[in-house]
Amino acid sequence: MTFTLSAESEKIVDELLTRYPTKRASCLPVLHLCQREQGWISPEVIDYVAKRLDLPTSEVQGIVTFYTMYHQEPVAPNVVWVCRTLSCDLRGGREVQKHLEERFGCHVGGTSKDGKFTLKTAECLAACGQAPMIQVNDEFYENLTLASLDRVIDELAAKTGVKSPSGTPQPGTPEARVRAKTLMGLGEG
Amino acid sequence: MADFPKVLSNRYALPQSWTLKTVEAHGAYSAARQAFTTMKPEQIAAEVKDANIRGRGGAGFPAGVKWSFLPKDSKVAPYLVINADEGEPGTFKDRTIMELDPHRLIEGCLIAMRAIGANVCYIYVRGELVTSIKRLEAAIEEARSRGYIGKQPFGVNHELKIYVHMGAGAYICGEETSLLNSLEGMRGEPRLKPPFPAVKGAFGAPTIVNNVETIASVPDIIRMGGKAWSDQSRLPRDGGTRLYGVSGHVKTPGVYEAPVGLTLRELIYDLGGGMLYAARPLKAVIPGGSSTPVLRPGDLVHAPDEKHPLHPWHGKSHIDVPMGVDTFRALGTMLGTCCAIVMDDSVNMVDVARNLMHFYSHESCGQCTPCREGTGWLHDVLRNLCEGRGSENDAAMLVEIANNMMGNTICAFADGTAMPMLGLLQKFREEFIEAGKRGAPKHTLGATVRGIGFTGGAA
Repeated sequence: MTFTLSAESEKIVDELLTRYPTKRASCLPVLHLCQREQGWISPEVIDYVAKRLDLPTSEVQGIVTFYTMYHQEPVAPNVVWVCRTLSCDLRGGREVQKHLEERFGCHVGGTSKDGKFTLKTAECLAACGQAPMIQVNDEFYENLTLASLDRVIDELAAKTGVKSPSGTPQPGTPEARVRAKTLMGLGEG
Repeated sequence: MADFPKVLSNRYALPQSWTLKTVEAHGAYSAARQAFTTMKPEQIAAEVKDANIRGRGGAGFPAGVKWSFLPKDSKVAPYLVINADEGEPGTFKDRTIMELDPHRLIEGCLIAMRAIGANVCYIYVRGELVTSIKRLEAAIEEARSRGYIGKQPFGVNHELKIYVHMGAGAYICGEETSLLNSLEGMRGEPRLKPPFPAVKGAFGAPTIVNNVETIASVPDIIRMGGKAWSDQSRLPRDGGTRLYGVSGHVKTPGVYEAPVGLTLRELIYDLGGGMLYAARPLKAVIPGGSSTPVLRPGDLVHAPDEKHPLHPWHGKSHIDVPMGVDTFRALGTMLGTCCAIVMDDSVNMVDVARNLMHFYSHESCGQCTPCREGTGWLHDVLRNLCEGRGSENDAAMLVEIANNMMGNTICAFADGTAMPMLGLLQKFREEFIEAGKRGAPKHTLGATVRGIGFTGGAA
């Protein structure tokens, strides 16, 4: 199975290539674009990016494994990052993680029983003054209490469709796919 | 609360402050117009030098001097690269500029590009900061539609292009050569220096890498004049106002603008609103991001010699010394990013060390052995201590590991790990020895806020 980007995203790639003096400099943004369409970086995505940018697949693989934002396995529609660095932990970051683990019925790295949330921990997300906080997909949720945390998760759960019949989580939310178009050079419009 | 005049952050509170429509009525791009139409590039650089602005990214290098390192005889135009990979634990100031006043950063980029003769600027933004990326891209689009970015900005023949480059989640990419590798589409592993980026940086061309806040200060430097801007500071050779952050156990954590030379006491008890709970006094403060060694309020400055840079504060508490690049170096720590992490007396320092060393072992790029192995070992030893599997010799072992990391690697990451580790060991040694004997008290970090829904209520 080969991976292809949508026609619209291909246009964005063409534009990205004009921004840098070398082709490979577009590698990070192109990988972001692919992840926003497919939800994660599959081996097929790596092949596609390598061909598109004239790079050895090993180089692209090396980049994917270096940066934490690229998911190397399928994830749920909502990826929840709990900040666990010092400022957040001083204000209850550990409690946030514990609460979500209990609610989702999974540990960090796992996906919730309903298939809607993947739980991860993050290193400092530059929101120390608004601790504790989580990032879900593109959004930051700050100054959390256990009550407001539950409200955030309730709302997201209500918005997210049920898991696909095969049991594999649907990658990316439709919302995220729309957002991909407004990122990477096209502005907010 | 002390009310400091706002310069850099004076548009933060305006409605829709990230749009051109709003900020235009409050002077946006007037400094760029002035710089392009009435000043020579050398004059712009001279004003920035007069402003005594020390780099706001953590190292505190004078920005005007950095610009002068560009080779004069280069055949290729230099690049301007903005380091917006904010990720030092405790630091959250640059995000406010990008989210609340992106046009100020863009205007600073335009002026800086004029001064150094650059045609292309890349703003390398941390991938997680999606709101910042969106607002910057929207701001660039607005500036382009006005012709501020383009072939003839303000009627002057000097083509300008500004692009946002989205990172992908690696703290090390805040190191300037690692950032350049990442910009070029490679793993973010730091480069050997020399050559320094000013000589051979992005894509092999001369490159200036500046922090977001540094460049966002440039429009005000041009508007006020370098000397007047510098004189807002309380300290010599370290000019202007800057963004202070305060987080952890204070009542009103956040980002506040104040003159350079504020004291930690003012930052914590005045801007930060004081300690979170009256019954929980200040135990320690990490002054400027996690790589800066910790300070204790009970320590007094000992500088009886009149020539000592800290002599004016002889006998005073460490938290009463003005926060400046030079004063804090003399104090045995660093100013860093000027974003303090405040801890009350519920916190055990072994637990703090474990938390921070987890961060460093996760974020080490793995290129140099002392750092890749050292950060992991530090974390392992500390985890054992925290889980009751440590020994009394562990404190000595931590010192040995940290000492073997210092100065033995390509970039400053290993030093930035070892310094705070050694600082904690030096100032709270008895807690590490105690943990080796009896195990450390578990999970002390959120102790004061546990079980009360995190905010409000009493300890």
